[in-house]
Amino acid sequence: MNSSTDAFIRQLAATAGEVGKALPHESAALHVAGEASYIDDLPELAGTLHAALGLSPLAHGRLLGIDLEALRALPGVVAVFSAADIPGPNDCGPIVHDDPILAEGEVHYLGQPVFAVIAADRDVARRVAARAKEFLRIEPLPAVLTAREAHAQGRYVLPPAHLTREQSPGATRAAIVSAPHRLQGSLSVGGQEQFYLEGQISYAVPLEGGALRVHCSTQHPSEMQHAVAHALLLPANAVQVECRRMGGGFGGKESQSALFACVAALAASKLRRPVKLRADRDDDFMITGRRHGFEYDWELGFDDAGRILGVEIDLISNAGFSADLSGPVMTRALCHFDNAYWLPNVSMHGYSARTNTQSNTAFRGFGGPQGAIAIECILEAVARALGKDPLEVRRANFYGVGERDLTPYGQRVEDNIAAPMVDELVAQSGYAARRGEIAAWNAQSPVLKRGLALSPVKFGISFNVKHFNQAGALVHIYTDGSVLVNHGGTEMGQGLNTKVAQVVAHELGLPLARVRCTATDTTKVANTSATAASTGADLNGKAAQDAARQLRERLAAFVAQRAGGIDAAAIRFADSQVLLPDGTPLPFDTVVADAYAERVQLWSDGFYATPGLHWNRETLQGKPFHYFAYGAAVSEVVVDTLSGEYRLLRADLLHDVGRSLNPAIDIGQVEGAFIQGMGWLTMEELVWHPQSGALLTHAPSTYKIPTANDAPPIFNTRLFEGENPADSIHRSKAVGEPPLLLAFSVWLAIRDAISAAGDHRVDPPLRAPATPEAVLDAIEVVMR
Amino acid sequence: MSLSTDTRPIRFFHRGQIAEVEGAATTRSLLDWLRVDARCTGTKEGCNEGDCGACTVIVAELAERATAAPGTLVGGLSIRTVNACLQFLPTLDGKAVLTVEDLKTIAGGALHPVQQALVDCHGSQCGFCTPGFTTSLTACYERHCEAGTTPSRQQLADELSGNLCRCTGYRPILDAGQRMFELPTARLDTAPIVAALKTLSEQPPLHYAADGQQFFAPRSLDELATRFAAEPQARLVAGMTDMGLWVTKQFRELPLLISTTEVDELRRIEDGDGVLRIGAATPLEDAWRAIAARWPALEEMGLRFASLPVRHAGTMGGNVANGSPIGDSAPALMALDAALVLRRGERVRRLALDGFYLDYMKNALEPGEFVQAIEIPHGDAATTVRGYKLSKRYDCDISGLCAGFALRLDAQGSVAHVRLAFGGMAATVRRARSAEAALPGQPWTEATLEAAVTALAADFKPLTDLRASSGYRQRTAANLLRRLWLETRVEAPLPAAAISVWHRAAA
Repeated sequence: MNSSTDAFIRQLAATAGEVGKALPHESAALHVAGEASYIDDLPELAGTLHAALGLSPLAHGRLLGIDLEALRALPGVVAVFSAADIPGPNDCGPIVHDDPILAEGEVHYLGQPVFAVIAADRDVARRVAARAKEFLRIEPLPAVLTAREAHAQGRYVLPPAHLTREQSPGATRAAIVSAPHRLQGSLSVGGQEQFYLEGQISYAVPLEGGALRVHCSTQHPSEMQHAVAHALLLPANAVQVECRRMGGGFGGKESQSALFACVAALAASKLRRPVKLRADRDDDFMITGRRHGFEYDWELGFDDAGRILGVEIDLISNAGFSADLSGPVMTRALCHFDNAYWLPNVSMHGYSARTNTQSNTAFRGFGGPQGAIAIECILEAVARALGKDPLEVRRANFYGVGERDLTPYGQRVEDNIAAPMVDELVAQSGYAARRGEIAAWNAQSPVLKRGLALSPVKFGISFNVKHFNQAGALVHIYTDGSVLVNHGGTEMGQGLNTKVAQVVAHELGLPLARVRCTATDTTKVANTSATAASTGADLNGKAAQDAARQLRERLAAFVAQRAGGIDAAAIRFADSQVLLPDGTPLPFDTVVADAYAERVQLWSDGFYATPGLHWNRETLQGKPFHYFAYGAAVSEVVVDTLSGEYRLLRADLLHDVGRSLNPAIDIGQVEGAFIQGMGWLTMEELVWHPQSGALLTHAPSTYKIPTANDAPPIFNTRLFEGENPADSIHRSKAVGEPPLLLAFSVWLAIRDAISAAGDHRVDPPLRAPATPEAVLDAIEVVMR
Repeated sequence: MSLSTDTRPIRFFHRGQIAEVEGAATTRSLLDWLRVDARCTGTKEGCNEGDCGACTVIVAELAERATAAPGTLVGGLSIRTVNACLQFLPTLDGKAVLTVEDLKTIAGGALHPVQQALVDCHGSQCGFCTPGFTTSLTACYERHCEAGTTPSRQQLADELSGNLCRCTGYRPILDAGQRMFELPTARLDTAPIVAALKTLSEQPPLHYAADGQQFFAPRSLDELATRFAAEPQARLVAGMTDMGLWVTKQFRELPLLISTTEVDELRRIEDGDGVLRIGAATPLEDAWRAIAARWPALEEMGLRFASLPVRHAGTMGGNVANGSPIGDSAPALMALDAALVLRRGERVRRLALDGFYLDYMKNALEPGEFVQAIEIPHGDAATTVRGYKLSKRYDCDISGLCAGFALRLDAQGSVAHVRLAFGGMAATVRRARSAEAALPGQPWTEATLEAAVTALAADFKPLTDLRASSGYRQRTAANLLRRLWLETRVEAPLPAAAISVWHRAAA
């Protein structure tokens, strides 16, 4: 018997055309056969060399010297490069220029690359690089290792960000002070390693005239192109970056693939030989950053119904040693603190704390989850203080429809479907009945306690930076009628190429099998945006549709003219046929061949820019989002009050993807994000040595992501019926990030079970990740 | 006896023919050989330490030589999944290696049912972990087809304990694991493999040398004992599930390796005369199945012990001799009063496991001495045995704390026999002597329990590390004693379903 979700996918009505069908991932048959090529699988060119990075053994220090001569003299070493060898600026920071490619002057964290060893054999390069501390002279400096400590010292990578929206100046404080009920609290939420299965890798090949081709596992080929060009003082047109697919990205290959691309390119450029840099998993953990851990201090006032009257919160993120994307991550956190709730008076203060650890970066949700989890935690505290079901308090605070709908950043919520979605999920999941059953079960269970929670999601779609919201595509129709698509997005497993190919196939009335997507390549579509912020299909789908539509119109015009001037707009493309207004079918391939013979241009570019966006990054006001995506989840757990162990027993997910481009792929995104989010909030604990600053959880042996046994035995996922009111690609909605927040329900259900252990008298002081130890700590407090 | 000094190449069956390897380092991993030397890049490197499963491959041996568990037998072969990153190439000698590249061949050029099911159920996203899942599911498929059974979703999840996927959330992969049995069958043709392995079995035992390194794979216990006594500076190598990391992560030099796993006498499990006797080179999976067959309460510990591919490669003797302070087998074995049979040259001696661990990663083995077998007395049938493991993740996680308990009450409900052994609480796995001392002769009441809990506080001063804090270890060590009491108290003992979140309803 297969799962109910599988049955749901299979029973979805077939749609006309390729859009909306539950088609397999375009590479699925290659994946399962081991025939899908990742960068390390590409045949190596003759003369290929391998690089490995020598890392700082200290969290902070003055770099006095590197014994390069001794390193270069070791057997098998072809070359060793340090910062001094970089012709251009030693920087690969995406926004602020504070990210050295190789350390210079100071080392800022334990694991920071200081030099690169090049050898014919990867193993030789690794062995030499692993001896880094023998060849480095570093004078230790005091290191700051936690965000709280950095905040106390006022050490930030960027100026603090304040977002206050209140009914009158000072109203937030006043509302808190005069409210019938007042609460304050703190929360600590850990970071998360992306753990893309394919680690960071770049393979740089020298081309004629000093140019370079870099095969890079990256979500942002254009930025890699610019980073390499910048560091090597090359014009952008001399650097080609290509990526067919990634073995997962999750944000970790948005900005932080740059260091690897730059080092491989530097070595290839200097040595005029192909150079591959594939970081070992441990090095990948030690070098790159991840999801920002956040600390929160909050205070609020609320009424008897649990409605928030005023709330003030400090959000302190652990940015690591440099800015990287910490600014935009904090912005998104501030813009998601509201989640699905109307906050009449709110004052938020965001601090991006500078610590001597890896520089934290994008990770699916990009601050959104860190913003929204705080309000969910706060609403639970309100519910417990009032003795109400948290769901009741959530409903009391939902944004209204046509009223109570202004976000703290000034955008109105005009597409709110949170309430009807939650109603539907409550019914589907049997929430109310299970509440009672669980209370009864807990009453007779002395050791194990069950918990249940429902959490909603509202997530803003678009880059918070206006100019990133653009995309380009190229569509070629060859004379045999086969179609090739190239666009600026990257494939990291999310099915972007499948969706874009579906859009193109749909436009041209072809089956998906006739359309192929090629590697993302900066020589084809220029100036692309990162495949990030869930916008891949929204942007690139529209751009590819634009290109395909031009081709369809050109072919229709050709057919119309040839048929003696019939109405081109009445010609349809379907089932591999071009259908004349009278129904006469012409084979698509024949029409294409004829059009070629008549010198019709059979390729086209396409472009898209999301309309209506504006954003003031000083005031944090504007319309940063094209629309919102919604979802809700109910999770049930059982917790052991003796050990703190727990298990997710059941999850019911309902998610809004508008009118799905591909329900199978969308459900894959929803479920995958949910389990990934659950990992973040439960087992995925990052531990740094409290004195040395060494990351101790630097491999899957010590950093635990969920396995098949962590997926709940009852796992029901459904897509909400409806279409995107905004003019998106085929009225679909972005799906990459929003469902990650559905996993709040797991963490909240654990809190509910802990709360049950204390007869719901005490709000459990549960941190995240909720490891068994964290759970037991909270249990001891509620049972005290 | 005289020891052979003739070297020969490594030979194993791969992609329909016998591969012959010379010149590669003795510690070259199967993964590097596949990807770099054989250019079969379907098998992926995700972590290079046996924890992600992207490099999972199937290793097949002749059924008759494998002294293998019945559950692994398929058409004259014993097949097991292993992590290619942890296998030193010489250990493949005389075996067959099946990778994701073999599957379409099995299916006559089309997608294999495992592959087709993964496509149909949308079981791949980024695709990087997929070849590893595919091979794990293929081994599962072959075993169940052979037996005429199909796995439950729970069994499938257990089969996949060594495969990480970061994209899907696993539901579609589990669906595929069920769907694959609904598609037209395609079975591995084992005949050519059996024939090739029979030919290879006629080779002399492997003595392989490259670049100043040597690797010996004796086939008799006497030869192994003689070789190791003569060259005590050698390293014994069994499953490589720890030693593999010495090479991939620590770059240690291992100039002289002697393998234990080709010695059939070390791979036997004998259960009789009041003792369960497990040869040291028995794979952990087989060993723990035998232990769980006699003490069913230890089954969960077996399922959570590393991952299935690691249990396939790793050996019981390797785990015991390695002596990690957080090793999962030792607490339960110590609670069962297990003893080790130690061999040095011709000398055989027995030593209680309780006396084997001297200090952190130090044991009582003398130079040239090795563990030959683990002997577990059946003990009194009335004894309650428990194995409890606490970790951040259910599958394939190193314990924060691990406990093995044995308890027998007399007819009056007083404690007649008790063993309380803990891992993760000290530099070695060891018994809680003070807590144990508080119990014999006492009525098994809550007051007695709490006296033992109080005494336990003096037994250990655990460390704080990345897995757990000292405080958590202290508190949960006490709570596990309470769990034991709740399960075994004379009045209204709690069933497993009321005491463990992991309890599984009987299948």
